[in-house]
Amino acid sequence: MIDVKHLSKSFGDHLVLDHIDQHIFPGEKVVVIGPSGSGKSTFLRCLNLLETPTAGTITFDGVEITNPKSEIDKLRRQMGMVFQHFNLFPNMTIRQNITLAPVRTGLMDREEANQTAAALLKRVGLEEKADAYPAQLSGGQKQRIAIVRALAMQPKVMLFDEPTSALDPEMVGEVLDVMKELAQEGMTMVVVTHEMGFAREVGSRVLFMDGGKILEENTPAEFFSNPQHPRTQLFLSKVL
Amino acid sequence: MDLAHLYETLSAAGSLSGWQDFYVKFYRAWFLNDRWLQYFQGLGTTLQVTVMALALGVALGVLVAVVRTAHDQQRPGRKNLILGLVNLVCKVYVTIIRGTPMMVQLMIMGFVIFSNSRNATAVGALTLGINSGAYVAEIIRGGLMSLDPGQAEAGRSLGLNYLDTMRFIVVPQAFKSILPALGNEFIVLLKDTSLISVIAGKEILYFAKSIVTKTYEPMYPYIITALMYLIMVLIFSWFQGKLERRLRQSDRR
Repeated sequence: MIDVKHLSKSFGDHLVLDHIDQHIFPGEKVVVIGPSGSGKSTFLRCLNLLETPTAGTITFDGVEITNPKSEIDKLRRQMGMVFQHFNLFPNMTIRQNITLAPVRTGLMDREEANQTAAALLKRVGLEEKADAYPAQLSGGQKQRIAIVRALAMQPKVMLFDEPTSALDPEMVGEVLDVMKELAQEGMTMVVVTHEMGFAREVGSRVLFMDGGKILEENTPAEFFSNPQHPRTQLFLSKVL
Repeated sequence: MDLAHLYETLSAAGSLSGWQDFYVKFYRAWFLNDRWLQYFQGLGTTLQVTVMALALGVALGVLVAVVRTAHDQQRPGRKNLILGLVNLVCKVYVTIIRGTPMMVQLMIMGFVIFSNSRNATAVGALTLGINSGAYVAEIIRGGLMSLDPGQAEAGRSLGLNYLDTMRFIVVPQAFKSILPALGNEFIVLLKDTSLISVIAGKEILYFAKSIVTKTYEPMYPYIITALMYLIMVLIFSWFQGKLERRLRQSDRR
């Protein structure tokens, strides 16, 4: 579904991603873990071209998105993204946050978008917040809305960039529950996270990154019980 | 006793007490020969120039700010040559306008470039608009750049194009944060209209000066002029405050 070849990214002289090759299959739940500064967020942000790769290609559904001539706006509509800091639009109500993109891109008319928003909000238990503004919500509620906002575009894949890292510990659960539900429905997901429990429970494959390279990848069961690379062993010994 | 009669009695008398002196001089500066009408005629020109210059300034400012921001936010490897050229023109414009005094700009426009024009109001409005545009551009650019980049990223990640992201997400939020600075610029513009009297623009100060040359008494015409500007600014500030409170609606918790 997403094919990454020789992906490199540097900021000035600093090489953040070093020749990454990776393939993400439909229905997979790929969890990316690693120490901070390892390049995992940059890797994720390259997948929908929020960061422009320095070298290499990314192909999504047979279309090479790293080609400057590709219609990136159309491709991004099929890739939902959830950010660490939610990035809800504070000048709009929750309903407007959710319906803006589907209506503006012509995916739905206003009526249809409102119904979709209502249905999605009901699903995450926030239907009474439709007319509230983001400033009136808790962090966990904001992040659930952000997930819903991405889902309203009916994406084929969801990218999560440390979705629970900015939350109070109490609120992590409610966001992870929504993500687990999404995973059970068969959504293709790429998740950068520090939640090892989530990686173990939901992930179908774990990537461990450090120094801009994928040092190890395995199924969660194997990865956590039998890490191969010394750097992985050191990392897991510190976080588990 | 009516005002005119009192004035004539007093001005015929020899020595006047403090308040009588005040009354006579104020009467000459305001009521005599219906001079107050001249101030209001000047006020009309002032408002006319302000509105025209404001429209031009905001239009130019938005244009320049969008060009400058779009140029700085281009995807690497997709540099647009035309955009680069337009950006350069915008930079030169801002540099020249910000680097030279308003009054000098007015004199160059009035006495050099449009030396044959007899419409000082239009030349004044044009000059002030061009001047204001440079400052408005920098204010808007500052507002666009100060917004959390995550907001634009969220918009783009949903598949919205650059213009829609600007229009629905970035600009409305930037507008709220630049409103105080923009209001300030508007006040400066309103007050700078008094400068067009140097190219014979018939605004308030122009008439105040002409009254001074007739009465040889500068104090009251100039203080009246100052008060008229002050009242206009106070009215505007009140409206600005109202607008800011309305825009803060989404901040309520």
